[in-house]
Amino acid sequence: MSEAAKPSEKQYIPPPSELGSGQTSYTSITEKISSVVLTRSTPLVWFISLLVGFTLLQALLIAVAYLFYEGTGIWGLNIPIGWGFAIINFVWWIGIGHAGTLISAVLLLFRQKWRTSINRSAEAMTIFAVMCAAMFPLIHTGRPWLAAYWLLPYPNSMDIWPQFRSPLIWDVFAVSTYFSVSLVFWTLGMIPDFASFRDRAKNRITQIIFGVLAMGWRGSAIHWERYEMASLLLAGLATPLVLSVHSVVSLDFAVSIIPGWHTTIFPPYFVAGAIFAGFAMVLTLMIPVRRIYGLQDFITDRHLENMAKVMLVSGLIVGYGYFMEQFMAWYSASVFEGYMMQNRMHGPYGSYYWALILCNILVPQLLWIKSCRTSTIWLFVVSMFINVGMWLERFIIVVTSLHRDFMPSSWDMYHPTIWDWATYIGTIGLFLFLFVLFIRGLPLIAIHEIRTLLPIGGKKS
Amino acid sequence: MDEKITRKSLQVKDIRTRLSQNGGRAYWRSLDELANTDEFQEMVQREFPDQASEMKDPVSRRNFLKLMGASLAFGGLTGCTIQPPEKIVPFVRAPENLIPGKPLYFASAMSLGGVATGILVESHMGRPTHIEGNPEHPASQGGVNALIQASILDLYDPDRAQVVKNAGMISTWDAFTQALGKNLTTQQFKKGKGLRILTETLTSPTLGHQLKTLLEKFPAARWHQYEPANRDNVRAGSILAFGEAANTYYDFSKADVILSLDADFTFSGAGNTRYARDFAARRRVAEATESMNRLYAVESTPSATGSIADHRLALNSGELEALTLALAEKLGVALKSNPESTPYNDHSGWLDPLVRDLKKHSGSSLVIAGDYQPPAIHALVHAINQNLGNVGKTVHYTEPLEVESVDQNQSLTELVHDMRAGQVDMLIIVGGNPIFNAPMDLDFASALRKVEFRAHMGLYENETSELCHWHLPESHYLETWGDARAYDGTVSIVQPLIQPLYGTKSPYDLLGTLIGQGGKPVLDILRAYWLDQNLALDFEKFWQQSLHDGLLSQSALPRKDLRVDSTLQVSPELGKNLEEEELELILRPDATIWDGRYVNNGWLQETPNPITKLTWDNAALISPDTAERLGLKNEQVVKLDYAGQTLSVPVWLVPGQASDVVALHLGYGQNHSGRVGNGTGFNAYALRNSSAQWGGAGLKLNATFDYHSLASTQDHHSMEGRHLVRHGDLEQFAKHPTFAQEEGHNFPEDLTLYSGFEYNGNAWGMTIDLNACIGCNACSVACQSENNIPIVGKDEVLNGREMSWIRIDRYYTDLDEPEIFHQPVPCQQCENAPCELVCPVTATSHSAEGLNDMVYNRCVGTRYCSNNCPYKVRRFNFLQYADRDSESLKLQNNPDVTVRYRGVMEKCTYCVQRINSARIESKKSGEPIRDGQIKTACEQACPTEAIAFGDINDSKGRVGRLKASPLNYEILNELNTRPRTSYLARIKNPNPEIVES
Amino acid sequence: MNKETAPPFFGLMAEFEAPEDLLSAAKRAYEAGYRKLDAYSPLPIHGLGAAIGFPKTNLGYVTFICGLLGAISGYGLQYWVHVIDYPLNIAGRPLHSGPSFIPVAFEMTILFAAFGTFLGLLIANRLPTPYHPVFNAPNFERASQDRFFLCIEAEDPQFDSAETRRFLEGLNPQEVSQVEH
Repeated sequence: MSEAAKPSEKQYIPPPSELGSGQTSYTSITEKISSVVLTRSTPLVWFISLLVGFTLLQALLIAVAYLFYEGTGIWGLNIPIGWGFAIINFVWWIGIGHAGTLISAVLLLFRQKWRTSINRSAEAMTIFAVMCAAMFPLIHTGRPWLAAYWLLPYPNSMDIWPQFRSPLIWDVFAVSTYFSVSLVFWTLGMIPDFASFRDRAKNRITQIIFGVLAMGWRGSAIHWERYEMASLLLAGLATPLVLSVHSVVSLDFAVSIIPGWHTTIFPPYFVAGAIFAGFAMVLTLMIPVRRIYGLQDFITDRHLENMAKVMLVSGLIVGYGYFMEQFMAWYSASVFEGYMMQNRMHGPYGSYYWALILCNILVPQLLWIKSCRTSTIWLFVVSMFINVGMWLERFIIVVTSLHRDFMPSSWDMYHPTIWDWATYIGTIGLFLFLFVLFIRGLPLIAIHEIRTLLPIGGKKS
Repeated sequence: MDEKITRKSLQVKDIRTRLSQNGGRAYWRSLDELANTDEFQEMVQREFPDQASEMKDPVSRRNFLKLMGASLAFGGLTGCTIQPPEKIVPFVRAPENLIPGKPLYFASAMSLGGVATGILVESHMGRPTHIEGNPEHPASQGGVNALIQASILDLYDPDRAQVVKNAGMISTWDAFTQALGKNLTTQQFKKGKGLRILTETLTSPTLGHQLKTLLEKFPAARWHQYEPANRDNVRAGSILAFGEAANTYYDFSKADVILSLDADFTFSGAGNTRYARDFAARRRVAEATESMNRLYAVESTPSATGSIADHRLALNSGELEALTLALAEKLGVALKSNPESTPYNDHSGWLDPLVRDLKKHSGSSLVIAGDYQPPAIHALVHAINQNLGNVGKTVHYTEPLEVESVDQNQSLTELVHDMRAGQVDMLIIVGGNPIFNAPMDLDFASALRKVEFRAHMGLYENETSELCHWHLPESHYLETWGDARAYDGTVSIVQPLIQPLYGTKSPYDLLGTLIGQGGKPVLDILRAYWLDQNLALDFEKFWQQSLHDGLLSQSALPRKDLRVDSTLQVSPELGKNLEEEELELILRPDATIWDGRYVNNGWLQETPNPITKLTWDNAALISPDTAERLGLKNEQVVKLDYAGQTLSVPVWLVPGQASDVVALHLGYGQNHSGRVGNGTGFNAYALRNSSAQWGGAGLKLNATFDYHSLASTQDHHSMEGRHLVRHGDLEQFAKHPTFAQEEGHNFPEDLTLYSGFEYNGNAWGMTIDLNACIGCNACSVACQSENNIPIVGKDEVLNGREMSWIRIDRYYTDLDEPEIFHQPVPCQQCENAPCELVCPVTATSHSAEGLNDMVYNRCVGTRYCSNNCPYKVRRFNFLQYADRDSESLKLQNNPDVTVRYRGVMEKCTYCVQRINSARIESKKSGEPIRDGQIKTACEQACPTEAIAFGDINDSKGRVGRLKASPLNYEILNELNTRPRTSYLARIKNPNPEIVES
Repeated sequence: MNKETAPPFFGLMAEFEAPEDLLSAAKRAYEAGYRKLDAYSPLPIHGLGAAIGFPKTNLGYVTFICGLLGAISGYGLQYWVHVIDYPLNIAGRPLHSGPSFIPVAFEMTILFAAFGTFLGLLIANRLPTPYHPVFNAPNFERASQDRFFLCIEAEDPQFDSAETRRFLEGLNPQEVSQVEH
C-alpha cells in the first residue's frame, strides 16, 4: 500500500506559502470562504460600494436612453473623428477582461498553483468587463436597433450578409466567443463549489438555489477525472482565444490605412497592453476585497508580488511597443507617419501622450523594487496609474490618429461631451455593481482548488 | 351660432365675386379658402405669430427642426398647387407631355441687381426642384453661380410672406385694392404729386413700361430706385468719362492680358457666370500647351477672382488708386494733374512690366475696375482701355440696362428729403428693405413715418413692411411671368414653374392695379408689351421660340461707340495714402447672402465664403500683420467706429488681405428675416452712410475682451508638404509636361498581389481642372439641391459636422503674400475603396461601373468607413438633419434621391440617379450612352467647366482625353486607392519680367 | 448471491477523513475484485479514478471534432456568402479573400470546441442529476467539504452485504453505513 501511496504523496507536497498559516484544514477553508456568502453578516462597505455602483449605473441608463432617442450627435464626434469614447472604452474594458482568462487558463497550463486563489474573481472580472465592453460597439452605431442583428451572420430581406472582411465583424465573433467561453469556463469552475454551498446551506432557499446550480454534483471520482480533463481542455482553448481577441481588436485599427493605426506591431502590443491593464485591475479589486473580508490567507502577499512581476514584464513589452511606433514612424520616411508621431508628441493632444508615458512606462518601473511589490499601498497606487494610463493609450490611438490624418483641410478637434463621460463612468458603475453582487452571492475563491493546496493529511481543526 | 350665419352669408357673396374675377382654371379646397375670409386666413396663418417668439434664438439645428414642424399648415396649401394655367413651353431636352418620374426642364431667368441670367429649371410633376444654366443664354451658357442655384430654396421657405397684412393684421388683396383706390383718386386731382414708387434696380422692359404708363397717368408722381448693392460708381464713372451713363460689358474670350482692379468679375456682379466661363476657357492648357491668358489682380481683400490670378497684389484703396493713376499716366491718359495724390510706390516692382505687357497686347488686353471702386477709377479705366485699343474688341459699351438709369443713392436721398418735407402722401415700395439697408445717415425710418399711405411688397415681411401700413406678399420669380435684361442687354423671359404657393402677387400685378389693369394676367401684360414692339412678323411663332429659348433672340442692346475725349478731372482725394496706423473700412456685398436678401436661405448661410470658409456669420476681415500690430486674435470682438457709427464684430484673420484694411460684408445681423437668418452675423449697414457707400479711410477700431465663435468649415490652411494641389507655371509645363505626375510618391502598379476587377462596360470617372476652379461653390450648392443634402446649422458646423458632399478645400502657401489654391473634393470613387473594406454590413460596395455605391438603407452607422477614408469625403447624419416635417420644404426634394435618416453615412455618388436614368434611356433606345450625355450636378453648374465627368474607357471622350493629359494626377495615390476622380494640376502664367525681379 | 433478487438498498458507504486513506482504500477494494464502486471527494484526487478502474476519459476527441466542425462551418459560411451566394466587389479585393476569413473561422473553432467540451462533460457525467441515492448516506453532505467516501454498490456481482461490510470495516474508515435507494 505504502508504495502505492508514496507517488501520490509527492503530488500532495505543495509549493511553499500558497496559503497563509491560518489555513490548515479542508474544513476551515470551506468554512472561511463559504461564510462570506452563507453566514457572515455583510459589512457596511459592501452596501456602500453596491450603492455607488448602482448610482453610477443609473447614469449609464440615462445616457444610453438619451443616446437612442437623440442620436450619436450627443457625443463629441465629428468628421474626421468618427470614433471617440465609445471605442476607447471598448478597447479599455476588453483589455481589462483579459487578465482573468490569462490567470485562469494560461497559468493553469503552466501549473502555476498560486493562481488558484485569485482565478475565480479574476474570471468574474473578465465576464463583467467584457459585458461593459461588448455594449459599446453596439450603442456607438448610428442605428443600434438595426446593428443589433445586421452584425450577426443572418441575411436581410435583400439577402445581404455581413461583410466578413471587416474587422468589426471579426470583433463581433471574437468578443461574443470570448464572452461565452469565459462564461462556460467560469461556470464549470464553480460547480463543485456550488455543491459545497448546497451542502452547507443554512436555509431551504439557498439550498435550493445552489442545489440547482450544482446540478447534483457529488464529487464522484469518475466525474472528477472528466472534470479535470475538461478544465484542462478549456484552458487550452481559452489561451489562444484570449490572445486572438485582443489581436482582433487591434486589427480594428491595424487593418485601416490611417497613420497611427496602420501598423503591424498592434496585435502583440495590444495583447501585452491587455495583460498589463488586466493585472492592474485585478490588483485594484483584490487589494481592497482581501482586506475587507480578511482573505489575506488566501490572497497572500506572494500572489500580489507575482502579479506585480507580470505587470512589470507586460509593461516593458508595452513600452517596447511605444518605442517601435516611434521608430517605424521615422524609419518609414512617410510624411504622414512622421507627422502623426510629431502630432502625438507635440500636437494639441501632446500632454495626453506624455501623461501616458508617465503612467505606463515610468511609474511601473517602481515595481523593480521589492518593497514596492510587497506593499499593498504602493501596488494599489501603481495599478491605479496603469488603469488611467491604459485608458489614455487608447485615447491617443483613437483620437490623435484620426483628428489629423491625410487631408489637412478636414482636420478637427475632439471635445467629449457630458454624455461621453456619463456613458464611460456609467459602465464603471455597471462593473462595480456586478462585481459587488458577485462577491456577496458566489464563491469568490475556488474552494475545491484551494483544497488541493493543503499539505497531506490535513485534519479537522 | 350667429357667427356661423355671418360666415355663410359671406361665402356666397365672396365666392361669386371670386369666380367672376379669376379667369382660367382656379383651384380651391374649401369655399372658405375661396371666400378667403379672415377666419380662413387666420387659420392658415396661426402658426406663424405663435412661433415668432421662439424664432429669436439662433438656429441650433434641433431647435430649427422643431420650429419647422410648425409649418404643416403650409403643406395643406401647397399640396395641390400645380403648374399655372397658362401654357408654358418645355425645353427641347424634355418630352412635351408630363410623365410621372420624368423631370421637365423649362427655360426661365433669375435676376440679381436687376441683371438676368438664363436658367433651366428642373420640374418634377410640377414641382421645381433644381436649377441649371441655360446653355442658349449668353449670360449663362450652361453655368450658374451659387446664388442662382440656391434661389430655388426661397420659393419653398416656410418663412416667406404669405398674406396681405394691414397694420400687422391679416387682410386681403381686395381690401388693399380698395384702400389703394381711395388714395389714388385723391392723387388723381394732384396729378400724383404725392405719389412715390420705390423699386430696386429695374431692367424689365415690361415693368418699366408699366411704370412709365403710371407716370403718364400721374405726371407729378416720382419713381425712385434703390438697392444697397448698386452700381452708382460704375454709372458715375461712365458719365465722368463719356458724359453719359452707359453699360459696359467685356469679352474675356478675346483677352490675353487682364488687369482687374478690385473686380471680382468671375464671381459676382453682372455677367459673372459668362465672364468666368470665357476667362477659364482661355486658361485650359490641360490638353496641349496653347497660349494662355494672364490675369493681374489688385485688390484690398482676397476674392475668388484674385485667388486665381497669375499676379496678385493686395493694396488698400489709396494705393490701388495711386497705382491706377500711375498706370493711366504711363499709358498716356490725359489727366488734370492732381499734386496732392501721393505718387504710387511700386515696391512690388510690377508696374512697368505690367504696362509693357498691356501695351504688347493692346487690342487683346482688358482692364476692368470693380463695381465698388470710385467713379474716377472707372473713368480712368475707360480711358486706359481706349488707349490700349480694347474698346470694341474686349470692351463693349451699350445703353444702360436699366429702364431708367439713376444714381440710386441720390434717388433715395431725394425720396427721403421729400418724405421729410411731407410732400409724399403715398409710397409704394416694391421689393427691397430700405429700413434695414438704406444708408444710416438718411434715417429712412423716421422719414417714412411721415407718409400717410405706405405699402411694401416683398418676399419676406421685414423691417420695412413692419413700418408700412400694408405688406403685400410678392411672388417668387419661379411663380410669376416676367422679363429682364442680361448683362449685354439680352431680354430674358421669366417663366413661372408653379402657381403661387400662397396668396402672393407679382410687381407686374401691383403695377397693373395702379394703372388700372387690375386682375389682368401677367402673361397677357407681357405678351401685349412685346407684341407692341413688333419684333417679328409672326409673333406667335417668335413668342413660342422665345419662351422655349428663355430669351428674345437678337435682343442684346446695340453696341455704342463711346470715346473719352476731354482730359479727365479726377478729385485730388484720389490716391491719397493712409496715415500712419490709420485703418480703412471696406464694405462689400456678401459672397453668399449678397446684400442680405438671402439671409434666410439655409443653403447659402451654410455655404462657406470662398476665401474665409466662414458660414452663418460675417466678420471683420483683417490681415495677419495688422492683427499682429493691433494685438488681435481670431474671433476676438472689436468695436468698429466709422463716421460716428459703431458696430461690434469679431475679427477673422485673412492671409492676402491688404494691411490696415478692415473688410466687412453686408447683409447679416437681421432680426426680421425668419428662422434661419435671424441673429446670424453682424449688421455692417450700421457703418454705411450715403457719402461713403463702400467705406473709406478713418476707421477706428477698439478691441474688447469678448470672443464670438465663428463657424469655419476649414481649420487648417497649410498643405503640410503633402502633394494635394500640384501646381507649376506655363514655362515649367512646357519644359517638363509631366512635372505634376512626378510629384509625390506614385503607387507602382506591380506592387499588388491581387489581379483586381475588370471594368469593361462604362467606367465612370471625373477630372477637376484646378486651373479653372475659382472656388465659387456653385458645385456644392448644386449638389445640395440635387441630392437633398440637409443643412445642419451653425452649432453643428462648429462641431465639424457639415454635410457638403463636394467641399472646396482652400490652401494658403504663406501668411503674408499667400498663393491661394482651391480644390473641390467630392468622393474620389476609389477602385480599391478603403471605406468598403471596413463596412461590417456591406452598406457600401463597388458597382460594375466602378462607382463606390452607398446603400443608405443598409447602413447602421459605425462611421468606420469615414475613419478609413483618406479623403474624408463621407458625411454622417449625427442627428436628424434632414427636415422631415416642413411640408413646403419637402416639395423641393429630388424624388430620385433618398432623404437620409439619422445615423446613416452619406456621400457623393457621381449623381448615380442621373447615370441610371441615362442608362435606362440607352437601354430603351439601344444606343450606348454618349459622351457628355450624363452631367453630374456639380459639372452642370460649374461656371468655369472645371469639372468633367464621363466614361474613362472612352479615350475619345472629354474625360478620357483629360485623363491622358500630362497634368492629370490623383491625390494620395501612394495609398493604392486608385481614385476615379483625378485632378489637373494648376498652371500659372506669370509675367517672366516680374518673376525675375 | 443471485441477480434475480435485487438488493433493497443501493450499496455500502465507507467514510474516510483524509484523501490518502480513500485512495488506498479504493485501491484495495479494486484489488479485492470489486468493480461497481465509486469514490466521492471534495477535491480531485490524482490516481483515484485509475484506482477504481476508470479508463482514461476521451473528452479530448469530442473537443477536437467540435473544433473541426467549427473551423469548417466558420470558413465555409464566409466562402459561401462572399463567393457563391452574393458575390460583390468589395474594395477591389478578390471574392475569396482567404486571409480576411481566418479570424472568424478561428473564433468559430474555439466556440464550437469549448461548447462541445462543456456539454460533453455534462452528458458524460449525466449532469444535472437532481437525485442520487448516495445523497442518502449519512454525513454525505461533507463529501463536498472535508470528508472522503468510498461506495461499493449492491449491484456488484461480488457484493454481499455482510461480506462487503466486513471488508470495508477492514479499511479502518470513520464509519461504514448502508446507502438506501
